[in-house]
Amino acid sequence: MTATTTAGETAGIESVESFRQRAREWIPANLRRRADMTDAELVQNGDLSDAGAWKRARELQRMLYDGGFAGICYPKEYGGLGLTPEHQRAFNEEVAGYETPVVLQVPTFTICGPTILDMGTEEQKREHLPKVMRGEEVLVQFLSEPRGGSDLAGVTTRATRDGDVFILNGAKIWSTSAYAADYALCLTRTDWDAPKHRGLTMFLVKVQQPAVQLSRIKQVDGGDEFCEEFLDDVEVPASAVVGEVNGGWAVASRQLFHERNAVGGGSQYFSGARGESRRGAPTEELIDVVRRTGQADDPRARELVGEVHALGKIHSQLIDRVVAGMRTEKLPAAAGSIIRLFGGESATRRVEIGVELAGPASVMADPDGPDTREFGVSFLMRQASSLGGGSTEMARNIISERILGMPREYAADRDVPFNQVKRGR
Amino acid sequence: MSVRRRERKSAAMRFELSSEQRLLQSVTADFLEKNGSVATVRSLADEGRHFDRNVWRQGAELGWTAMLVPEEAGGGSASGQGLIDATIIGEQMGLHAAPGPFTVVNTVAAALAEASNADEHADLVGELVAGEKVATWACCAPGGRWNPEAGAVEARADGDGYVLNGVHDSVELGTDADVLLVLARTPEGLTQFVIPAGTAGVSVQPLESLDLVRGFARVEYTDARVPAGALVGAAGAAAPAVERQLQLALVLQCSELVGVVQRVLEFTTQWMFDRYSFGRPLASYQALKHRFADMTMWSEAAQATMAAAAEAVQERREDAAELVSIAKSYIGQRATDIIQDCVQLHGGIGVTWEHDIHLYLRRATVDRVTWGSPSDHRRRIADLLEV
Repeated sequence: MTATTTAGETAGIESVESFRQRAREWIPANLRRRADMTDAELVQNGDLSDAGAWKRARELQRMLYDGGFAGICYPKEYGGLGLTPEHQRAFNEEVAGYETPVVLQVPTFTICGPTILDMGTEEQKREHLPKVMRGEEVLVQFLSEPRGGSDLAGVTTRATRDGDVFILNGAKIWSTSAYAADYALCLTRTDWDAPKHRGLTMFLVKVQQPAVQLSRIKQVDGGDEFCEEFLDDVEVPASAVVGEVNGGWAVASRQLFHERNAVGGGSQYFSGARGESRRGAPTEELIDVVRRTGQADDPRARELVGEVHALGKIHSQLIDRVVAGMRTEKLPAAAGSIIRLFGGESATRRVEIGVELAGPASVMADPDGPDTREFGVSFLMRQASSLGGGSTEMARNIISERILGMPREYAADRDVPFNQVKRGR
Repeated sequence: MSVRRRERKSAAMRFELSSEQRLLQSVTADFLEKNGSVATVRSLADEGRHFDRNVWRQGAELGWTAMLVPEEAGGGSASGQGLIDATIIGEQMGLHAAPGPFTVVNTVAAALAEASNADEHADLVGELVAGEKVATWACCAPGGRWNPEAGAVEARADGDGYVLNGVHDSVELGTDADVLLVLARTPEGLTQFVIPAGTAGVSVQPLESLDLVRGFARVEYTDARVPAGALVGAAGAAAPAVERQLQLALVLQCSELVGVVQRVLEFTTQWMFDRYSFGRPLASYQALKHRFADMTMWSEAAQATMAAAAEAVQERREDAAELVSIAKSYIGQRATDIIQDCVQLHGGIGVTWEHDIHLYLRRATVDRVTWGSPSDHRRRIADLLEV
């Protein structure tokens, strides 16, 4: 980690306890309690596909900024507080049960912001990060392409230099929340004669402009935060290059590192309580359903509830362990993939159990009781948690190769000039 | 294909050890390497013995029995957090599939030292800490369920003492123990006594165990008279103490399982690099690499949840019972999942008596089902959540 990202544990910063006390006074005076919000408001709060959620999140972020609680681990010179992960953790504990700008956390605060911090120019940091802190700028990722996602270094979006600008042409996909965003970190190819990792360049691209044709993709659960973009002669200034020209893989690698931490739940830049469901602890909704369906005395049902509860707790415990291991360099940076994999696998099991316990109530609305089809809908979307943020197959490759040191997978395109690499249709 | 194995530090198990804890870890590891390895387990088993008293006494000198006992009672921890220190030893016990009464002696020593009448048992605590005497914990009902309340032996007040009747099962190293911490029920409620193994009316019957050196026993009490001085704490007031003992024992059991898994993964990983099929090492096959990724994740999660449980019990936090059951429910299951898969990856050699992996599988299987199976603990979590 570069010196700039490690929130300075230097002398003269506010103590965690004093910071916590300040948060404890400010939060109830300024934020709404989740318990006082309607069901519709709670759903909207975390709904990436709802434009209203973004408007509200930007307002909330501005309130946090004015209150002195924005960008806790971001350096002061870019509008943050320059505090430590311990301060962030204290804030997250205090703010549990209150309304926060959930949708801004991934990828804006936890992936794109940290990547700009690590790899961006001074000018880029001063231009973008303070706006992010104030809720004025939302950042997203333009990484995957219709031709593939896991083989990220094989992108074929073309960037051609023309004097002081680059012209971008190509297509991007699965760019979650792009419709609501201002800028995207966009990975392109600038040198087609170099092997695939050595001809890439990362840009900060303005999303809302005519040359970017954006459409939304409807998902199985009815949401449509996934987006697809066609870049048609998009003009980008040379000053928007993040990192070096043809050095885009270093930036993307850093971005993926932050992504794995964010998706696994281990990012120090995540602000807000982790995994808050509508009614508090994630197990609560399951317990409600078990009681309503008369299974509270069924040992099998009780066992499954216990299993779900355990998985949730262990996920947090594992995050704490892996983050501590990476911080003390006892575990390599690749260990972020361990929490990413656990996140995907445990979500799969939890969703499975949800359908098992909710039974018919997960597939049909009860005319007399609450509609609990969310268990069924979660099941339809079950694999999303093993795909988004890098597939669990890639996480398994990373764990076995970079942590256990097992041989890397054979790659037919290694050291081959990219324009000679075989591609599918 | 040339394969360079990147060394993985086994010290990665623990991230933030103090120098005292590191010393405890390395001294324990060195000692077990010489005196408590799988070779020792095999020779003890051949001789029909469970452990060597001399080795146990030497282990006691290294602090194996002292961590849960306060200094003024003759114990003393390495870091001030005795249970955390004990889990460091427990992991080493697992890494070596070591013999000995580590978990039960520590649990009983803590129970006596924490009792309201600890003074009356100070001499015995001293003998346990010195490794001179070995104690075990008798609390389980026959028939296999683990809930301590369910199987309480009846204790009837009689003159200045009590008379015990009933049966305990699953008494770890019951045939080796010099003293038993007995859970009984009096009209006032759960009550504990500490009694010598040879007490008249107490018969100890060995139960052959899946683990070659961790024997169990059934203990029968037939009008066994014990003096009032045998009471640990007040009559009828043992329920919270028993819960505490269960938490301590489970944390130590989980630490042993974590060590068992760590060692099996170490030697199986090495095997993946050394074994070649179709001209390439097993470690180069993606299908197998992905299984190692899963096992690495489970093992890291096991270490995380064991450490979280140990911390909660160490600090006597309100969520200690919940975190302990979470840890046991997960580790009990995943430890055997991992070892079974490692048996598979070894091929035929994995199911031979000659290969050591069965010694680890035996230990993990016994740990999995004693003091509550993963299913039992999942249901206990539901109880604690008041579902």
